Order: sequence, then C-alpha cells, then structure tokens
Amino acid sequence: MSERTTPESGQPAAPTAPPSEDEHARLESAAEAGGTQSALRRLMSGSAGRNLGLVLALLIVVVIGVATAPDRFPTVDNTLTILRFASALGVVSIGMTFVIAAGHIDLSVGAIMALASVWATTLASQRMAEDFHWVTMVITALAVGASCGLINGILVAYGRMASFIVTLAMLVGARGLAEMISGKRNQIAEVQGFLDFFGGEVFGLPVLVIIFALVAAAAWVLLNRTTFGRRTLAVGGNAEAARLAGIRVKRHTMVVFALVGVACGIAALMMVARTTTGTSTHGMLWELEAIAAVVIGGTLLSGGRGTIVGTVFGVLILATLTNVFTLHNLDTSTQAVAKGAIIVVAVLLQQRVAARNGGP
Amino acid sequence: MLHSTIHRSPSPRRLLITAGAFAIATALVAGCTSNEPASSDDEGEQQAAGSSNDEMGEEVTIAWSGPEADHGWLAAINSSALDEAEKYDDINLRAAEGTNDASLQIQQVETFINEGVDAIVLLPTDGAALTDIAMEAMDAGIPVVNVDREFSSPFAARTTILGDNYGMGVSAGTYACQLIEEHDIDDPVIAEIAGIDALPLTQDRSDGFAEALSNCGEEVDNRVAAEFTVESGEAEASNLLQAAPEIDIIWNHDDDQGVGVKAAFDNAGRDEFFFIGGAGSCNAMRWIEDGEMEATVLYPPTQAADGIRLARLIAQGKGMSDLVQVAVPRRIVLDAPVVTADNVDQHMERCFES
Repeated sequence: MSERTTPESGQPAAPTAPPSEDEHARLESAAEAGGTQSALRRLMSGSAGRNLGLVLALLIVVVIGVATAPDRFPTVDNTLTILRFASALGVVSIGMTFVIAAGHIDLSVGAIMALASVWATTLASQRMAEDFHWVTMVITALAVGASCGLINGILVAYGRMASFIVTLAMLVGARGLAEMISGKRNQIAEVQGFLDFFGGEVFGLPVLVIIFALVAAAAWVLLNRTTFGRRTLAVGGNAEAARLAGIRVKRHTMVVFALVGVACGIAALMMVARTTTGTSTHGMLWELEAIAAVVIGGTLLSGGRGTIVGTVFGVLILATLTNVFTLHNLDTSTQAVAKGAIIVVAVLLQQRVAARNGGP
Repeated sequence: MLHSTIHRSPSPRRLLITAGAFAIATALVAGCTSNEPASSDDEGEQQAAGSSNDEMGEEVTIAWSGPEADHGWLAAINSSALDEAEKYDDINLRAAEGTNDASLQIQQVETFINEGVDAIVLLPTDGAALTDIAMEAMDAGIPVVNVDREFSSPFAARTTILGDNYGMGVSAGTYACQLIEEHDIDDPVIAEIAGIDALPLTQDRSDGFAEALSNCGEEVDNRVAAEFTVESGEAEASNLLQAAPEIDIIWNHDDDQGVGVKAAFDNAGRDEFFFIGGAGSCNAMRWIEDGEMEATVLYPPTQAADGIRLARLIAQGKGMSDLVQVAVPRRIVLDAPVVTADNVDQHMERCFES
C-alpha cells in the first residue's frame, strides 16, 4: 500500500469512450516508453515520488543553511538541536494528522499539552514520583491527555458538535484549568530520574528524538497497515459511505480524538523534560504550527487522505527554517513574513509534484 | 487483517459510561493534585515612612483593572495590588477581573465611571486603546492612575507610574560593559534574548541595551526574540547557542522565559558566558544566590501596589509625605537596579514567583 492512502485511489478513471486510431498510437508509444522507465515510474508514483516536493523543500532549506553558515549549520550539534526542537511539535503534529485525515480538526492540542504538563508537575505529582517512581508522572500526563481527547471525541461523535467548536472550547477550558492548577506559575520539575531519562541520550541520539521517531513509526504502521488506519481514512473521505460500509463512525471518531490526546500527553512530557517546567503557557499557538506542518506534509484538510512521512517532513522543514533564521540573526518580523511565504511555497511545491507523480 | 469484518464492540452507551467514569476519576485525581506550597503566613506588616499619610483617612472607593495575570510578573502585579489595598481600612477596593481584551477592559472602566468611584488604577492591556475611556473618566472628575503601560495622551491620567524599560536595557548594557572591563574580555560576543518583539516595551529595552553597549564600543552580535513563555525561551535559546559557538555575555529580557532559557543552557552544557536576566523573579534570584546566574535587572512588580497607594492619596487630597510638594507628582518612573550576588539578599523579599 502506498504511503498516502485514499480509499478511492489506485485505479485511474476508466476511459469513457474508445480512443481513436490516432490516440491508440500515442497511447502505445507512451506505454512503450513507460516500460523502459517502469521501475523509475513506480518509484515516483510511490511514496518517494509523492513526497518528492517535500524532500525538495527540505533540501532547499538545508542547502541555504549550508551555503550561508557552512561552519555552524552542518554540525552534529546543530542537527540535534533542530531534531530536539522538532520532536515535541512533531508528536503533536502526528496526532493532528489522524484527526485531519478523519475529516476533523483539533484546535486544543497546545492547551491539552499545557494541562498535561502542569498536571504532571504539581507538587503532589512530583512528590508521588519521588516516593514511588517517575513513571507516575508519565502516567499522569498520558491520562490527562487521553481524558481531554476522549472528552473532545465524545462531544464531537455523540454530541454531534462540530470539532472546530468542541476543540475551541477545550482550548480555552484546558488552558484555564492549567492556569488554575498551576496558579499561573512555572512549575519546575525536580524529579531527577524523570529529567535524566527524557533528557538523556542513547547512542548519541537524544531520547526526545528517539521518542519522536518511535511515535512516527508506530503512527505510520497504524495509518497504513491496519484496519484502524483504513477506517480513519474512510471516515474522513466520506463518513456516510463509511457508515454504510459497516464502520462504527462515531466510535472511531471518538478513538481518533483520544489518540491525539495521548500524543499531546507524550509531547507534554517531552516539553517538561526540555524546559524542566510544566506551565500553562506551553504550546501556545501549537495548534496552528501543527496544522501548518500537517498541511505542508500533504494531508488533505478536508479529510480522507493522510501521510505520516509528509507530516514529519513538514515539521522538519519548519524546525530547520527557524534554525536557519536564528543562525542568521534575522529579526522576528522578517522571520514571520518569510515563514508565511515559505509555507505557501512548500504547499504549492508539494501539490504540484504530487499531482505529477501519481495524482492526488 | 485488512478485510476484517465488523467487530462486535461495546455499545456506544457502555463506552460513554466508561468515558464518564474516566472523567470522574480524573476529576478525583484533581482533588488530590493540590499545588499548595507551604503557606508563607504573614510577610510582616510593611510600615511606610513615618508620616500621617498612613493614618486612617476618609473612606475612598478605588477601582483596579489590569490585564489577565497570565504569567508570573502580571500575577505578582495583581496580587500585590490587592494586598496593598487590603492593608488600608479606608480603601474600599473594586477589583475587576483581569482581561487581555481591550474592549472588555473599556467596559470595566465604563462601569467604574457609572458607579462613581473615587479613583481608578489602570494597567491597560494596551495603552493607546484605553486612552479615550481614561480621558472620559478624567472628564467625569475621576482621577486615573496609569500603571506601567502608558496612555497615548497626557490628559488621560492624573498620574503615571511606570517601570523603566529603556532604563532596564541601560542597566543591563552598563553592567555588561562593566563585566567586559573587569574581566578584560577582548572582542566580546554579546547575545540578547528579547521578549515579544512587537511590543514597545521590548523595543525600549533593546534600544537601551544597544545604547549602553555603544558607550563602551560594543554591540549586540546575536539577537533572538522569544514570547515571554518558558517554551519559547527554550526554543530560541537553543537555536541561539548554535548560532554562536562562543558567547561572552547574554542578556535575557525576562525571567519568566528565563526558566526555558536556562534549561536550554543546561541541555547544551553551555556556561562559558555571563548570564544576565530581567524582571527579578525568585527563580532568577535563587540562581544568583547559587552562582548559576550573574545578575538580573529589576522591573518591579509592585507598580500597581504603588498605584493603589497613589490613588488613595489623590482621592483623599493628600500629597507624598517625603516630598515638599503638596500634591502627588504627575509622573513617577521606577528605578531598574541590577541585582547581583552582592545585593540579592536585599531584593529577595520583593521577588515574584514565576
């Protein structure tokens, strides 16, 4: 199965009328030419081809980085900085990919992350972690994330409310709750075991980056190789058809939202480790960053199509861009303008290339 | 696996019940997830200068409105204002809920005018946006005390009390120059981590910093702007460290975001530079005590408390007892001193938890 899966894709539309003599000849010669390059074409119409635009976009950013800061950009340290920077947002964006592929939107990801980070770092949570094991902090964050996601999901699926509104309410509510719990303060995480684990490295790779990679791999399998993934895309493509096909659309929608919540819980832990802090201000505007990354990646905003590899590229492009900007000491206004323009260019590039290689 | 048929799965209702139970359990956890630190009982009654000003006077109604206390410094502004009003039996405080919405704050001030309060202490969400309504209050005979973010017209406030953002930059820059001289640093690399760049206060701080640095022939080599949040501070600082492999001095505008900045330093294992902060949070002061931070430049979170005091004096027709002048001055700009290991004890009690 190809990386970008659509329930309807696969077969080109059948010709409506028999082609004329002339056209026959052309088709034959085209087929012949295709035969000689079939391997290449198969590759191009596979996931590599569809993501070519993204690879190109990332490559351009990297080349600019290397060309303009040859001493500082292409170093191991800097690459790890970019990856660490991308990892928490990456996990959130991967969760977002599922929601968007299922035809919904989740505006509450940043707020859920903030709430989970706060909940996991209250004095009570930290004391429990010290008395028992820091895994309690992990469980807390994941449970908070899952619960918020589940509430979103129940309201969207069974309450029949628009996901935009439900998650907007969650955005406001979860951040408010995070402020109440934290007293609007930055809660410093002092549980050494937790910080050592998440801040550590394995074979020179930061644990945060490894978590990002594992989440991405698991999500890829889930979306592309399981019934769950197929159903997600089916629900996103046409909920009514999916229902008629026997998919429990409501239950599925609920689970997808809970899944994003879990992703936010994971991201919250990563953020707490990175900043040694749980605070209600974590993840401000991340919903937009995540949506940008997902859309740059090539997931359809209208649902029915999702790509994990694309999302990972989308996040990497955004993170590398920020890094290159900072290396060049660009002021924030210029950065904002450039970033806006680059998002548009990246999406255009990716759409064009994807359209040429196998169609959307 | 792909062609699996319809699963027998729990009914939606059962799922709902499960979910409900989950939500309730979560709520229960909330109950025991308290975050109460050991309560610091009384901070000792602060006695002002020995004058008759603090004696019980005519009872006055003072209204207070400020932005939403969404970070440590603003939370400290708000709580210190409330605490200050509490200290005076002759103050009847009307505190509005903090908001970041200018139109809501305008409405709050309108309510104050209609109620006919004796004075209004206002920390506007945006100085320009609240100028008109403040002017209306003044026209209605209600003195307005403008705190921190200045109105665009001098007629909109009876008196203005504000921290010195430009002065903060100057203090930080001057201290940086001093460090360069003391440690005899050749061709120093100076970095700056600003707050939200679109705000005039950030621009003022940066201007002051640049101006003071130019006095010793230096300039900022690398500059990034964060958003006053821990997360943005960490993100910007970690990229900044990559941009400059060797740094001598870093000034970070804001100690709230400083927690993230410090985390980035620790993550990267970098400490070759002098780290100067801004605002004066308790975290920063503790780092200074522990030798993990060189200094921080104060931006007092007690301005609104001073605003309440000034409003009381104005409403009661009193002057400031330490001045010869019989009326409260029009404008008070607070000092932005540098806190270092030498004087951190003095400032510790006025720090704010962020």
